[in-house]
Amino acid sequence: MATTLAKVDVVVVGLGWTGGIIAAECAKAGLKVIGLERGRKRGTEDFQQIHDEYRYAIRYELMQDVAKETITIRNNRKMPALPMRQMSSFLLGDGLGGSGTHWNGHTWRFYPYDFQIKTMTDEKYGPNKLSSDYLLQDWGVTYDELEPYFYKYDQTAGISGEDKNPFWGKRAQDFPTPPMKRTPILKKFEGATKSLGYSPFMLPSANLSEPYTNPDGEVINACQYCGFCERFGCEYGAKTSPEITVIPTATKTGNFETKFHANVVEVIKSGNKVSGVKYLDTESGEEFIQEAEVVVLASYVMNNAKLLMVSNIGEQYDPETGKGTLGKNYCYQILPGANGYFEEQMNTFMGAGALGMTIDDFNADNFDHSDLDFIHGGSISITQTGYRPIETNPIQQGTPTWGAEFKKNSIYNYTRSLSIGTQGASMPHKENYLSLDTKYKDVYGLPLLQMTYNFTDQDRALHKFITEKTVNIMKEMGAKTVEGKAPITDYDIVGYQTTHNTGGTIMGASPENSVVNPFLQHWDAENLFVIGAGNFPHNGGYNPTGTVAALAYRSAEGIIKYSKSGGSLV
Amino acid sequence: MTEKPKNYSRRDFLKTTGIATGALIGGGLIGGLVGLNVDKDDQHVSDTGNTNHEMGTNGGFQFFQNQREFNVISNATERIFPKDDIGPGAIELGVPYFIDRQLAGQYGSNTKEYMQGPFAVGAKTQGYQSRLTRASIFRQGIAVLDEEANKRFKKGFSSIEAEQMDEILTAFQNDEIPMTGVTSAFFFRLIRTATLEGAYADPMYGGNRNMDGWKMKEFPGHQMSYINVIDKEKFQKIEPQPLGGM
Ligand SMILES: Cc1cc2nc3c(=O)[nH]c(=O)nc-3n(C[C@H](O)[C@H](O)[C@H](O)COP(=O)(O)OP(=O)(O)OC[C@H]3O[C@@H](n4cnc5c(N)ncnc54)[C@H](O)[C@@H]3O)c2cc1C
Ligand code: SF4
Repeated sequence: MATTLAKVDVVVVGLGWTGGIIAAECAKAGLKVIGLERGRKRGTEDFQQIHDEYRYAIRYELMQDVAKETITIRNNRKMPALPMRQMSSFLLGDGLGGSGTHWNGHTWRFYPYDFQIKTMTDEKYGPNKLSSDYLLQDWGVTYDELEPYFYKYDQTAGISGEDKNPFWGKRAQDFPTPPMKRTPILKKFEGATKSLGYSPFMLPSANLSEPYTNPDGEVINACQYCGFCERFGCEYGAKTSPEITVIPTATKTGNFETKFHANVVEVIKSGNKVSGVKYLDTESGEEFIQEAEVVVLASYVMNNAKLLMVSNIGEQYDPETGKGTLGKNYCYQILPGANGYFEEQMNTFMGAGALGMTIDDFNADNFDHSDLDFIHGGSISITQTGYRPIETNPIQQGTPTWGAEFKKNSIYNYTRSLSIGTQGASMPHKENYLSLDTKYKDVYGLPLLQMTYNFTDQDRALHKFITEKTVNIMKEMGAKTVEGKAPITDYDIVGYQTTHNTGGTIMGASPENSVVNPFLQHWDAENLFVIGAGNFPHNGGYNPTGTVAALAYRSAEGIIKYSKSGGSLV
Repeated sequence: MTEKPKNYSRRDFLKTTGIATGALIGGGLIGGLVGLNVDKDDQHVSDTGNTNHEMGTNGGFQFFQNQREFNVISNATERIFPKDDIGPGAIELGVPYFIDRQLAGQYGSNTKEYMQGPFAVGAKTQGYQSRLTRASIFRQGIAVLDEEANKRFKKGFSSIEAEQMDEILTAFQNDEIPMTGVTSAFFFRLIRTATLEGAYADPMYGGNRNMDGWKMKEFPGHQMSYINVIDKEKFQKIEPQPLGGM
């Protein structure tokens, strides 16, 4: 029997960026908030021995333990789904800070085009630009409506950048801190893209260029370019993360309590509301019911969808009939790019997660797609994140992958190669979706989430087009040998690609085509809010978190309003 | 880090004991000698075995159960990452010890992997689907490497020529060798990856001895900060630092 705990104003499931933002805003507004996190408490003092590539980047010390819970995967409905037995393609977060602890910190705002993609694509290219298998839809919120919330996140995180991208949405205020250093590697990209007529600018970074105190009084230090950033926590507190910003902000109000090793297994539905959540204390084995006026799911794309599915809240999407919205529009990220091999040695081992320069000339609808068989595009960047030796063994195509020649080449190229990468947009397709697996279970006895996903013709066309652009830039940068990424075929769960999963709990203006309304309030349960990149009806040409955070700030305002007056926010 | 054996070098030991064949040497001591790779029924010394170097102290085995297993892995990893004019290969870097330690721990028992059934082969895009742990895969794989060497060359894997080892490893890589519950290509990928991990992980894991893996790559290991040098045009040569201090 589960023990029922005294009711609180808000219970938040998961303490990454989204959970942290909701907790901070609600607690500041005087609401009593409890945060339930399945992982452990951790912070800067635990990251003093972090420069260990093997432990953190290879064996995923800070990430989800998939022995306990994973997903199943198949490329299409005809294939039997099998469990993802080890993480690879994407790395799920766990513990205080979630993925926000070991992210890179590229911090973007999606384009005005993204939020109204259906309307704007139809207007410009007619209604049949993509076939009806692609489930494009507007988000129910516009860039202008979100602008203040984007800025709110910029301020909380102290983002370092420069407002020099001629394409992006208007920024009411400049970045809180100046851009990071323009290193020689970045300058190569800058020179090349300029001479090709493009408009390079410094990538907006959550590794801060200088010490900064945010409006809540939290201090973020200056990045030391240590080269152990992505997949690592920051030993300086210089990479903006929930555990050094929104979590302490929530805690110091006195209105916020955290529980670790608390794995939520169900959202309890009662009538057209929810009454709380059930969780397991994974240390004691005891079950509890935490009652709350408002339940907020902030447990990332996968578990936000799964918790709704196992709790029977909302209608599961069925690709056969097109009915149902839960699990719909799962998207990923398309990663065109090029590798370049140089003669001169470069300081490739130095860097920071979000040290980079970007061009957006081929992102969103910034270029004409009339004669192209795809829409959208991607941000093309060079990043200098610090090559680490286990994972970085660059060899030209045709070089053996082991033995004497491999050794010689991979060592030689380690300090003589660069890559240009793209965060390519991913459009929803009727056959790509999330559901519950019928065979495999997690250690709590719940079904695993099932992912049915493959790349589409749109993805392949976008990949090919942008890869060619990146090859040209790399040539212009002076590489001796340039290799574009191989064309994409089927989605493969093996090999890290990106943790930019989106969709499954999408937002929209109508319950017909979305799970939550534009305040991320569930259409079927007014006191349930579901927050994360799962809300994206498609994935844009950028990393997601800047946009996720803006949506979370807007939702927090909605939750506070709801707590006072109740009812639907739309 | 203890790099140099304090008591005696293996070559002194060889000289003073007069040991000429592997047969006399127990698992406890041969570890450091594997570079010599002397086979009992065949006096052939393979070229991977000829590596004339000072190994660190023999660390003993946590996973491998006999010298033969250890020698097979030593030779296989050395072929994947051989000694050359740039610097040491897998054996001298301590990679076989690194693998031994890893197989004895979490890595070997897949404690952070989803290992519940039912098991099915699956498509390539679905990744690892074996019911076997890495420890079982290595144990079986080593036996199959030896069997294959015997089949093709009538000798154990550690006694054949370098080119013959390459031939067999290539057959594993191309998935031409039958194994149970796992493919040979998968086993090959595991050894290859583990070799690179052992060559380049922090030396506290038992590989990358003397930080020689890092030195070859000119990777300076654990540095507190590059803020004052990252904008320099010139390539920076920096003495490497391990996490544990020297
Ligand atoms: C290596 C890496 C690099 C990245 N780099 C970037 C980048 O440069 N730019 C960018 O925009 N994005 C980046 N991302 C993505 C970014 O980290 C995520 O978008 C963001 O952190 C997601 O925040 P979240 O709060 O939605 O989820 P998470 O951070 O995943 O937090 C969810 C939390 O919920 C907890 N939880 C899950 N299930 C349960 C349950 N049942 N009960 C209780 N708790 C539960 C988890 O333990 C976790 O702590 C990166 C991600 C990774 C992995
Ligand atoms: S690169 Fe900068 S922000 Fe990233 S971990 Fe190192 S010091 Fe911290």
